Amino acid sequence: MTARRLVVVGNGMAARRLLEELLARAPRRYRITVVGDEPGAGYNRVMLSPLLAGATGEDAIVTHPAGWYRGHGIRLISGTPVTAIDRCRRQVFTGAGHRLGYDRLVLATGAAPRRLALPGADLRGVLSFRDLADTRRLQGLTPGDLVVVGGGFLGLEAAEALLRRGHRVTLVHGRDHLLNQQLDATAGARLRADLEARGLRFVLNHRPAALEDDGHGAVAAVRLDDGTRLPARAVIQAVGIEPRVDVARQCGLALGNSGVRVDDTLQTFDPRVYAVGECVEHRGRTFGLVAPLYHQARVCAGHLAEQGLERYHFEGAATRLKIGGIDLLSAGDFRGGEGDQVITLHDPAGGYRRLVLRDQRLVGMVLYGDVADGPFYETLWREGRDLSALRLKLPFGEAACAPSRPAAAEEAAA
Amino acid sequence: MNPGAEPLTKTTCPYCGVGCGMLTDGARLRGDGDHPANAGRLCVKGSSVLDTLGEHGRLLYPRIGQRRVSWDLALDEVAGRFRRVIEEHGPEAVAFYVSGQLLTEDYYVANKLMKGFLGGANIDTNSRLCMSSAVAAHKRAFGEDVVPGCYQDLELADLVVLTGSNTAWAHPIVYQRLAAAKKRRPAMKVVVIDPRRTATCDLADLHLAIRPGQDVALFNGLLRWLHDHDALDRDYIDAHTRDFQAALDAAGDQPLAGLARRLGLPAADLGTFYQWFAETPRTVTLFSQGINQARNGTDQGNAIINAHLATGRVGRPGAGPFSITGQPNAMGGREVGGLANQLAVHLDLEDAAHRAAVADFWGAPALPAEPGLMAVDLFQAVADGRIKAIWILATNPVDSMPEADRVRAALEACDTVVVSDCMADTDTLACADIALPALGWGEKDGTVTNSERCVSRQPAFLPAPGEARPDWWALCRVAERLGYGAAFDYAGPADIFREYASMTGLARRFGKQLDLSAAGDLSDHQYQRWAPRAWPLDGGARCFGDGRFSTADGRARFVACAPPPAPDTNHRRPLLLNSGRLRDQWHTMTRTGRAPALFSHRDEPFVDMHPRRAAREGLEEGGFVRVRGDASEALARVRLDRGLGEDQLFMPMHWSDCFSGRARVDALVPARTDPVSGQPAFKHTPVAVAPWRPAWHGVMLGAGAAPEVDYWARIPLDREMALDRYVLAGGDPLDPARFQDWLPAAAQWLTLDDPAAGHYRRAGLDGEGRLVAWLALAPTPPALDADWLTRAFREPVDAAGRARLLLGDGGDGGADRGAVICTCYQVREATLREAVAGGADSVAALGRRCRAGTNCGSCIPELKAFLA
Repeated sequence: MTARRLVVVGNGMAARRLLEELLARAPRRYRITVVGDEPGAGYNRVMLSPLLAGATGEDAIVTHPAGWYRGHGIRLISGTPVTAIDRCRRQVFTGAGHRLGYDRLVLATGAAPRRLALPGADLRGVLSFRDLADTRRLQGLTPGDLVVVGGGFLGLEAAEALLRRGHRVTLVHGRDHLLNQQLDATAGARLRADLEARGLRFVLNHRPAALEDDGHGAVAAVRLDDGTRLPARAVIQAVGIEPRVDVARQCGLALGNSGVRVDDTLQTFDPRVYAVGECVEHRGRTFGLVAPLYHQARVCAGHLAEQGLERYHFEGAATRLKIGGIDLLSAGDFRGGEGDQVITLHDPAGGYRRLVLRDQRLVGMVLYGDVADGPFYETLWREGRDLSALRLKLPFGEAACAPSRPAAAEEAAA
Repeated sequence: MNPGAEPLTKTTCPYCGVGCGMLTDGARLRGDGDHPANAGRLCVKGSSVLDTLGEHGRLLYPRIGQRRVSWDLALDEVAGRFRRVIEEHGPEAVAFYVSGQLLTEDYYVANKLMKGFLGGANIDTNSRLCMSSAVAAHKRAFGEDVVPGCYQDLELADLVVLTGSNTAWAHPIVYQRLAAAKKRRPAMKVVVIDPRRTATCDLADLHLAIRPGQDVALFNGLLRWLHDHDALDRDYIDAHTRDFQAALDAAGDQPLAGLARRLGLPAADLGTFYQWFAETPRTVTLFSQGINQARNGTDQGNAIINAHLATGRVGRPGAGPFSITGQPNAMGGREVGGLANQLAVHLDLEDAAHRAAVADFWGAPALPAEPGLMAVDLFQAVADGRIKAIWILATNPVDSMPEADRVRAALEACDTVVVSDCMADTDTLACADIALPALGWGEKDGTVTNSERCVSRQPAFLPAPGEARPDWWALCRVAERLGYGAAFDYAGPADIFREYASMTGLARRFGKQLDLSAAGDLSDHQYQRWAPRAWPLDGGARCFGDGRFSTADGRARFVACAPPPAPDTNHRRPLLLNSGRLRDQWHTMTRTGRAPALFSHRDEPFVDMHPRRAAREGLEEGGFVRVRGDASEALARVRLDRGLGEDQLFMPMHWSDCFSGRARVDALVPARTDPVSGQPAFKHTPVAVAPWRPAWHGVMLGAGAAPEVDYWARIPLDREMALDRYVLAGGDPLDPARFQDWLPAAAQWLTLDDPAAGHYRRAGLDGEGRLVAWLALAPTPPALDADWLTRAFREPVDAAGRARLLLGDGGDGGADRGAVICTCYQVREATLREAVAGGADSVAALGRRCRAGTNCGSCIPELKAFLA
């Protein structure tokens, strides 16, 4: 059987995982071409924060050098975007003028940082933190006042890394606590206090109203909705990401509210075209964490290998992160709703845990500071076990919940 | 002992009436092998007495109201107030209420001051609650308050009858002597007469679970049976007694079967007992509070003595009636006359010749001719305002008197309440207008007399804490201020003892047995080195062995004992509440409450009841029960005990308001007394029970005071840190925030909140990471590893293990290991069960496996229960 042609649009983490999974299943099934708009080979995007903080170097974050593609017979076209797709002729066009025919096509175009919609958002010095190029730009800033807008993961990681580079960093967040998508108010307050202790400054409950021009087209300050002026040599916008769907839209694939609509096999409206990663919208849901991306890549690879029995279902990955050395874990419906039962365990100088139970089953949680029991709770959460028998011990983690060991003969030994 | 180490001081145990000898220096302690009472053994309470020492919780300075004052000022105030009351209202308006905890010297001075110089007779003692029925029975039968026998008789006897006595728990060393004797001579028989199946029954060949209060019927029946079976000692009766026929007539002649039914006993068992008694010349009947604390306690004592007189078994080796006292110096107090109806040295107030002799000896201006008020009446007179000034020494009547709530109210309303105590936080001290700091055991210096009339020393081997002073000293200083200095000019306890010993010569002159006059000229040095000796000093170990008694004609008296009154339960109060001691506690815990180990056997107030009764009342093991009497109400835990009759309850006597919210058993007891002795009927209180189901339970550590909740019990955890565990329960909706009021400030609070499950936990830490407070609230009783948490109060906890503090256990999931059975080695029920499962099949094997029972042996009856 002659090898069929597979084109992968995008060279991010989802795309590379897909390639690995596919090579493992059907190494010679396809002649593969990968088109990535970033120059160079494959790196670990998750490591950009340590890179920015100076904790690691660029070489160390490269996971897939050019030789890897060569070694697997993959043609890598990098540094140029895909500009169009002709699904009737099954051809992909790149900005550099390539025309690539395909039998199967995978869209892994990822997501782009959302931009501030403010007066002055287009000034010089209004930056994002998404890719290696952004990171290099941020590394090039001379020490001074910076403002990070957005108290989500990306904003916090950027702010913390920039602080380590010697900047005075103020983070502006429009909600009343940090990481409000992942943490409850208590954990959010703990995080704020811990980061303040490291030197970060925060303005919560306020949004930027405008960015001020220094008179030469560069940003000079952030003006908040209450009129406060925060001087800023640069402003880093970290207010979320949006799936990149330009080519999908151009070629007429069905879109959901924001991403490329796929079914449980990661197939798009067009049976020859699959999509994985942050550009995807599956059952109304978009994705920003690496674990579901890898899961999608595995399912998709199985189908491309024509051994596809697996279907993708969102498993609800726990968000595990480390910001400035502080461990966090958030999962599920950590806020809890009407009728849900909330258990909190708080050591003001140690860990904080919030567990949400519904019908005696764990449906959500926040762990702050001490996430050693994270895998234990994730298991309980996935399994949906009835936890009534463990009620009191539950917040104390796996060791406390283990069946009590047979009574020790300590007294006898004493 | 290491050669060269400081020699240990010989002293006497401060607890029960056995009066065991000890060797100690305040740091080391062991039994005195030379003491006749114990020959070196100590029980669990005695073994842990050093844990009760120390300044923590002591009353250290005199105070008037809440104001600390000098001794001079306090004594001026006491003397001034007593003088004014006597001048305005006469000597009947003042009272002393003293205690079997006093040393003989203190007791002697108190009695001398009241009866000889203040001119009143209102000095009574907590021995009224304990031994006065035995005193009265002795006086009626023998003409003098004398226990004829000695402990050795229990070992020599072929039949030992234990009645109204849980000897195994209340007098452990006597019990162990008996157990050892029975082991040596298995033919020896032991009969236990007790409505409850107690630990003492472990030794019994026959347990007669008699209906409460029916002892007179049992012993009257015995007298009749002896008569009908020709088992009387006619010669003895004729030669040495009077009034036999009257006693026999009063004994009735109910057939055995009918009598057995009335007593609630199998007729065969009753017949066996009578048969054994009849055929065993060497029979000792040991009796205690179950006999004394009844509406007819004196008759109960005399019914026992009747049976012994009828068989000529009094004061002979291995034979006699044997009243065993509750307190370490109840006997000493009785000797000096510390009861309102005695004069001094076994002489009588009503006897003019006795009065003249005593007045002459003391040089006393005015001796009362009438008896004073006995405890119950005395506190009634305080309530009525007839007594306007009272001095309470070394006792806690707010807990120990019947209708104790009324006693509290009376004291609160009284103009002048002086309280001498060594502890700062007794319920009685809370009523004091003037508080005087007394010496405790190891600090005070004097003598005590045990149940076999043996006088032993309790010397001082520790310095006095704060400004604490001897009670005799305080009494003498008040006497001095009232103008009687010459008669109270003692240089020290040896001086007082010499005077007392000389005075017993008067008793001898009037034909009494009490005679210590040979010790009237002891030097101070000889007094210090006094070796334990029984009185009469010039007699043998027993009294009345020759058939001569202390009556005018030398004959003993049979006493016609009326049939016992019917139980006064009714449809509103259908159950009979009995009360008594626990193995590891003493009185109102003012002393044993300082030794955490002594709470490991029983830690919370409880009510024992039969499982069927509990089921009928909707009660379960460990749940709460309200006990309602006419006088008050108590709230305690339920313990199921098949050893009780279904219409009976048992409650320990120890819990005061310092240790639980509402568990003072004596508050339930109506103030009904024996007509002869005035002793209250503590053993048969009609009550009703009802379940109480709290909405929440809690445990609190580190609190400085009991929280205001429906139920609380304080359980000491660590003496040095003054750390207590409070067990809590409440019926009201739970508000976790309010508990902060009782918890100390902390640098950090660890919290667990699970409102839906009703779980709330708080752990307060200081700056170094040490626990300073711990609280758990839950719908069911929270489990905790108290030892582990206690360590966290002492040692900082590392950050990693810190959250676990809230769980309250260090690793085994808070598994309940059960109560401590062996207090000496802190062996818990679970360990014993494991040892049994692992093949231990005897007490000795249990001892080898986990050391249980190998020290004091108090727990051996309970160990046997594990093997059964």
